[in-house]
Amino acid sequence: MARIEWQLGEVIAIIQETPTVKTFRLKLPNWTAQLPGQHYDLRLTAEDGYQAERSYSIASPPEQLGEIDLTIEWLEEGEVSAYLHEGVTIGDLIEVRGPIGGYFVWQKTMVNKPLLLVGGGSGIVPLMAILRHRSAIKATNPTRLLYSVRTPEETIFGQELDRLMGQDATFSRTITYTRQAPEHWTGNRRRINKEMLAREVGQYTEPPLCFICGPTELVELAANLLVDLGIPAPYIYAERFGTTRPT
Amino acid sequence: MASFFNPGFGRKHPNQYADRLPPGQYETHDFPVLTAGPTPRIPIESWTFSLTGLVDTPVTWTWDQFQALPQQEFTVDIHCVTKWSKFDTRWHGISVETLLEHIIIKPEARYVMAYSHGGYTTNLPLDDLRQGKAFIGMGVDGEPLAAEHGGPARLVVPKLYFWKSAKWIQGLRFMAHDQPGFWEQAGYSMYGNPWTEQRYRSDD
Repeated sequence: MARIEWQLGEVIAIIQETPTVKTFRLKLPNWTAQLPGQHYDLRLTAEDGYQAERSYSIASPPEQLGEIDLTIEWLEEGEVSAYLHEGVTIGDLIEVRGPIGGYFVWQKTMVNKPLLLVGGGSGIVPLMAILRHRSAIKATNPTRLLYSVRTPEETIFGQELDRLMGQDATFSRTITYTRQAPEHWTGNRRRINKEMLAREVGQYTEPPLCFICGPTELVELAANLLVDLGIPAPYIYAERFGTTRPT
Repeated sequence: MASFFNPGFGRKHPNQYADRLPPGQYETHDFPVLTAGPTPRIPIESWTFSLTGLVDTPVTWTWDQFQALPQQEFTVDIHCVTKWSKFDTRWHGISVETLLEHIIIKPEARYVMAYSHGGYTTNLPLDDLRQGKAFIGMGVDGEPLAAEHGGPARLVVPKLYFWKSAKWIQGLRFMAHDQPGFWEQAGYSMYGNPWTEQRYRSDD
């Protein structure tokens, strides 16, 4: 197998998704089609040779040829995310290598199976790649998203999710606000719990494949609750992040 | 590409342990949790640990029998392929070498498949488990190992990326030839040396 080599992607767009989240669109000289859920490694190099590497999920679908969208949350102590947010502009070059990851991916063989996505915060990013690809190939498998966010303004891809739901009767999304809900909100306003997941699971006629991504505690809790609710463990794909604050 | 750099980017926090940090890693003080699926719940009554495969006589311990084996303390650095490293983690457990005293390994055995309650597997060269280079960790900082960190017991192989340190360890199967385990089948390195950045299969 040829080594997945580092390449220099050119920043061709920067989209402010929320006050603390930006999407960096990179045009790649050696792009290969990714599977939804995969990530790229990103490496920054200082003039003195010091390097820092992080992994970031791809938000774009493989139908977006020749480029990748990396949707990245700014972390206060984050050496890499802070530089990307504050120091990068259109036309800059960024070193990346990928696509990487063969487990937390929505495979072709899964296209006809019911799907439950559970996301917290920027954990939506790989789930969005799945939803975008699913929409592009016009899949009709029953699909639901349970998305936990702190506040409306911190909801990543909120309008796009609304639009997807409006145009696709086989997709539905439920949001829960954990810090502050919009005015006149009658939906969930608490962290994901068993009742919420039971309501989601109850919408399916057979156990759905479950993809969970978000901070460790959310993923741990949701995965364990889904097992309690009768989902076989091999149906549950989990991707945890968020407790690691680079020093 | 050696001449490429990102203008204005520099080390934000000087790291006093820079020489202990493999390339591409950063130091964390947390103990992050990374697992592919839900955390298995393993009742202690049904927990077992076995040495199987290319051995003269396989051996299996119950939890009580395993606890009675000689334990040691280990202070080690750990390096996760997701880029974090943690220095000076303090473990107690049983050296794999101590376990190997209970079996005779067949001459052709060169590799080991570590397998776990819950179905996880990972492959390692036998040499990297021998002579104190690996142990079964049963606790951190004097406390029993929490389930999300692989408790009641996990393999710990500090010299390799941490996915080789199988959580919820159930046994070691000795093999003549190297075979990919769970993450290795999903595209990760067969060996996983942090110091040469063998993260993915194509880095081997």
